[in-house]
Amino acid sequence: MPKLTIDGMEIEVEAGTSVLQACEQLGIEVPRFCYHERLSVAANCRMCLVEMERSPKPIASCSMPCADGMVIRTNTEQAQRARKGVMELILINHPLDCPICDQGGECDLQDQAIAYGFDRGRYAEEKRSVPDKEFGPLINAEMTRCIHCTRCIRFCEEIAGVSVLGAVGRGTHTEVTTYIDSAISSELSGNLADVCPVGALTNKPYRFKARPWELRKTETIDVLDAVGSNIRVDARGGEVLRVLPRLNEDVNEEWISDKTRFACDGLKRQRLDRPYVRREGKLQPVSWSEALETIAVRLKGVAGRRIAGLAGDLVDAEAMVALKDLLHALGSPNLDCRQDGARYDCGVRAGYLFNTTISGIEQADAILLIGTNPRLEAPIINARIHKRYREGGLKIGLIGQQSQLNYPYEHLGGGVDPLNAVSAGKHAFADILKSSHHPMLVLGAGVLTRDDGAAIQAIAREVAVATGMVRPGWNGFNVLQLAAARVGGLDLGFLPQPGGLDTRGILEGAKAGDIEAIYLLGADEIDPSRFGAAFVIYQGHHGDRGAHRADVVLPGAAYTEKNGTYVNTEGRVQRGRMAVFPVGEAREDWKILRALSERLGVPLPYDTLGQVRDRLIAVNPLFAATGGVETAPWELFGQRGEASEEPFQPYVDNFYMTDPISRASLTMAKCIDAFVPSREGKTGTHG
Amino acid sequence: MSASASDGAVVAVHQPDSFAFSAEYAAAAEQIEGRYPPEKRASAVIPLLHLAQRQHANWLPKAAMDYVADRLGMARIRVYEVATFYTMFNKEPVGKHLIQVCTTTPCWLRGSDEVLGACKRRLGIGPGETTPDGQFTVVEVECAGACVNAPVVAIGDDYYEDLDGPAMVALLDQLARGESPTPGSQTGRRGSCPATGPTTLTNQPLPSAAADLATGADD
Repeated sequence: MPKLTIDGMEIEVEAGTSVLQACEQLGIEVPRFCYHERLSVAANCRMCLVEMERSPKPIASCSMPCADGMVIRTNTEQAQRARKGVMELILINHPLDCPICDQGGECDLQDQAIAYGFDRGRYAEEKRSVPDKEFGPLINAEMTRCIHCTRCIRFCEEIAGVSVLGAVGRGTHTEVTTYIDSAISSELSGNLADVCPVGALTNKPYRFKARPWELRKTETIDVLDAVGSNIRVDARGGEVLRVLPRLNEDVNEEWISDKTRFACDGLKRQRLDRPYVRREGKLQPVSWSEALETIAVRLKGVAGRRIAGLAGDLVDAEAMVALKDLLHALGSPNLDCRQDGARYDCGVRAGYLFNTTISGIEQADAILLIGTNPRLEAPIINARIHKRYREGGLKIGLIGQQSQLNYPYEHLGGGVDPLNAVSAGKHAFADILKSSHHPMLVLGAGVLTRDDGAAIQAIAREVAVATGMVRPGWNGFNVLQLAAARVGGLDLGFLPQPGGLDTRGILEGAKAGDIEAIYLLGADEIDPSRFGAAFVIYQGHHGDRGAHRADVVLPGAAYTEKNGTYVNTEGRVQRGRMAVFPVGEAREDWKILRALSERLGVPLPYDTLGQVRDRLIAVNPLFAATGGVETAPWELFGQRGEASEEPFQPYVDNFYMTDPISRASLTMAKCIDAFVPSREGKTGTHG
Repeated sequence: MSASASDGAVVAVHQPDSFAFSAEYAAAAEQIEGRYPPEKRASAVIPLLHLAQRQHANWLPKAAMDYVADRLGMARIRVYEVATFYTMFNKEPVGKHLIQVCTTTPCWLRGSDEVLGACKRRLGIGPGETTPDGQFTVVEVECAGACVNAPVVAIGDDYYEDLDGPAMVALLDQLARGESPTPGSQTGRRGSCPATGPTTLTNQPLPSAAADLATGADD
């Protein structure tokens, strides 16, 4: 452990710590552009120069490892002069276009120029200018502003796993580019705007929209996949202008997927801003009172078992518990939060969770992916696997459809046969798993939607047991859920009650006329023709599939417009916060259900958010522990049965449109044009 | 850095769709690749690009860079980075004769302006340009490393030294006629010996003590 002195303070650091990191531990600020905590060290901006005793010239602190007896000074005349020199050099070719630059106000170069810049330049020659690059619909490239820190190049290679950016040319002619002017095809490309310390790479849809100091910042949770990325929503007035990542080492580190970041323009389009009732075949705008009255009249005298409720993918736990209680009060046992029609064993929590946890992936040394494409289904989890892969010694096997995953894997086969072989120890990969210290498997949620989902869940459990994935302190059995609402719904038991029907049963019942009324709580992924002649109530925020078929539409709040609880695929309970008010007459979802219950004569026993949350905790105490992950006990789950030999298909084939918000987003539509070559008429989560 | 045919990152000219080493070049490439352990194959990128350029009329199309990248298991952009960094790799077609005129200080002091002017007069093209018949490309280069025989011009693989305007024109005439002028000094001196002939060690060595010592040592 080297011991060194920085600015007169002694510090002992771990071997391999750089001088810059040691300075940070002491709380000393060192300016930097190219250094980034999560990327390799390039040491090419030279902004972090500090003075080192017995060194004839200043050293780049980011790349200098601490050594015993070093004496570092960060605030001397020499260090300051050196940094000023570097700053002047960087500014030689940097345009003075801060007033029209989107980075203005949150620019590292701007901030550091205040401390180390001169108030005028000595450079009279012509500045360098670089032709504009086309990096696709998400990232705006203004490469004249580039200071060649190479953070973006390193991000693409080391985090996103796609080597598309590079520095071509040399000297003053150096340009950061894809060389062949191609869009950056990564599901994480939006993070380039965050890693870029200047205004060279910026958020294209947000271009010229706002200045950072005009924005109201709300820390909340993303719901567009089941990762539960921690985000910050920046809004002005009632408009969400952009979404940024928030640091959470256990979930998303400091990255978010492009859908999380860029689908927010979908919050402004196709919105349901007032209640509607279908009259003479057409949806007519009505008042809240009329809409609730219409429901009350229609449901009057309908037996509870002829009513059903389905919850969608983006719904908060508060709304689900309210609907569950309402259906219970109406005597209906027919409810399901798995609108995809999945039929697997939800009785044991460990059977539907990502038990290893996302940060746990970093310990894994062998991974078996089953019927999943994590790159499209959860880019953040894929980035963790890629991070682990780069450390070396990770073996990855895949059963199911092959796809480009940014890391090499062994393809074991397409269907249940290789899975059985691994379970029986007859496949070579079984030996790899058995000889690993921390083996894990990831079962795609798409596989569970098959008719034989429960059987495959059981086989996967056998694989986990047979290869030693489950032991105290390590659980390698993982289900990669796709919907932000799913685990919350399962945890609070939004499932068929005794004698009740599940999603498939409800839809069959609707077709046969046994189900008279269906309450869709944000459920949009069901083919509307399957509701038969049933009376459909749709509560949600977008005029998507569900609303088009509905007889009564109740406008709810999108995830940025309500305080909601979500449980991610790991089982992590997280709270989203209201960033803007719901549009028009839309209301928070649990309040709508509370108001409706009053009209139906079965008032729900809660009037405040706090009371709803108390009810949540009463239903499942897990909801009390927000932020962390409670290890789910390992029990028997799944149903042994016949599994079909049909190859496993990943559930998401179009990353950019999987839910009502991203389907309404123009930016996502542009991404599909740019990145999805042939879609063959499929949209979002087909099936 | 002077303007040369190698400048400019974005590929604009007609690019062939595909590229592959011929049997002869493939054999040479395999020999080069064999020098490196399999996980360090990327180390062979510069010699392989050089081979590709040689095979492809002295310039590197994008297809050739892609071919080298795929062959070595590298990301393509990593190869573009290397190829664009070195001015010796031509990213655009060049004439049959690539004339690299050194204009760095020693050559300039010894009259490289005149040499460049001769090219302009004889061929009608300036630095960075190619004659319409595709025979000649003239570029300015920084120090060619033959300052003792300045001014110097590299044409293809050969150096032509001790040039002046008329000598340069004569060289170009020979090349235009399809001849192969003799490389080296154009004033006739051998290697880099003094231009006025030997100035030292002009007499026969005296019978030396060393010779005596040598015989003595044998005894």
